[in-house]
Amino acid sequence: MVAAPAARPVVAEAAAPAGAVAAHAGHGAATAASAPGWALAVLLVVAVVVPYLAGAARVRARGRRWSRWRTASWTTGALLLGAAASPPVAAASAGPLGHTAQHLLLGMHAPLALVLASPVRLLLGAGSPAVRRRVAAVLRSRLVRVASVPAVAALVDTGGLYLLHLTPLLAASHRLPWVHALVVVHFVLAGSLWAWAVAGPDPAPHRPGTGERAVVLVLAAAAHGVLAKLLYARAADLPPGAPGTVAEREQAAVLLSYGGDLAEVLLAAALFAGWLRLRGVRARTRMGACAPGPSPTPLRSSPPAP
Amino acid sequence: MATSGGAPVGAGTAEARRSALVAAAVGVGLMAAADEVVFHQLLGWHHFYDRSTPAVGLVSDGLLHAVELVLLVAGGFAFADLRRRGALAPRWAWSGLLLGLGGFQVFDGVVDHKVLRVHQVRYGVDLLPYDLAWILGGVLLVVAGALLALRARRAGGPPGGRGAGGPPGGR
Repeated sequence: MVAAPAARPVVAEAAAPAGAVAAHAGHGAATAASAPGWALAVLLVVAVVVPYLAGAARVRARGRRWSRWRTASWTTGALLLGAAASPPVAAASAGPLGHTAQHLLLGMHAPLALVLASPVRLLLGAGSPAVRRRVAAVLRSRLVRVASVPAVAALVDTGGLYLLHLTPLLAASHRLPWVHALVVVHFVLAGSLWAWAVAGPDPAPHRPGTGERAVVLVLAAAAHGVLAKLLYARAADLPPGAPGTVAEREQAAVLLSYGGDLAEVLLAAALFAGWLRLRGVRARTRMGACAPGPSPTPLRSSPPAP
Repeated sequence: MATSGGAPVGAGTAEARRSALVAAAVGVGLMAAADEVVFHQLLGWHHFYDRSTPAVGLVSDGLLHAVELVLLVAGGFAFADLRRRGALAPRWAWSGLLLGLGGFQVFDGVVDHKVLRVHQVRYGVDLLPYDLAWILGGVLLVVAGALLALRARRAGGPPGGRGAGGPPGGR
């Protein structure tokens, strides 16, 4: 136990120069070699953005409004995904700092931007009746019902992060490309599920109240922060078998902590902005119900608050 | 925060109490953010993690930090809701803000620094003057908040809190 932390940095430092030399040797060819990487990143952004733009155009063609803010949010999410896939970040993701940056982009910030764009509402607005029926059936399915319980989503997302960093899984993802691909896909899906369960503006039949979602948000953010401090405190032997010097791992843990804080604040802002909007709508409906004269129906169908 | 819960008996309206509570939440979040920015980032007196923190301190610190951030955001939106409904009682809000600011600082100085020993105000110095200044500063803010609460109560004001007057400094 005592010898292990002393031995490990030696191994890490011995490995580091070899990696640095390899990176340096490849530097001359880097500009030419990274061209396909950039093309792939741009292609990813286009593939994510174009269907959304087509859907929004279809909704507008049907005479309904689609907020430009939602479109901007989706585009932002797509650009963040593209940034995470771009050659500089992808190359850096072999080290602790780059891996953490990629996790923050793919698993926390991009999903929030994508979820705030209401993709399910767009699907309902732009799809044919058959598509709408299918979406509604999926929303009502048991899987979606269980997965969108905020505590379950938190377990999948933050629990997955614990699993990745406290077991040899991270080391395996650095060695084996297919494990790495699975981890990346998990980041995006779990992060989207979590953002959707906490602050999704999409219609969901079983969404719990603001209070419950806020409590789970606090607990999950606390768990995320504790993991970051744990990785900092035990940088000599965590994550087990992963590359990087102790100093690099400490830097990565600090980035994980502050990047996680930023994501928590943004998620909370999205959650409470939804609460404020709902309160405005309810207040106006109540006023309509109390007002003499016409029935409250026209008020209820008035557009929601900005 | 505990004080503001039972305080507005005289004014007696839900809005006065809500104004104080919402502002107290903002106060707690603001003081925590100020602590983070000034002492961690600018002065570098506190450490990100100082290796003497016991496990229970690590977990409680993480929980507290998450609560603070959400309180600040939630308080901001609840404040916007009060203003939009014209239900803000400014005197009570100022009192709650000071109670929140001071309450957090006293809590941080006593529980975090001394009981849980998450981190200290500064390292490599005689801690006593720093701890005293830290905690006394918090106590002063709490006293100022309590005095404002008394004034707000004496001023009374009709339900809805609109008549409870402007901010104490006059704005």
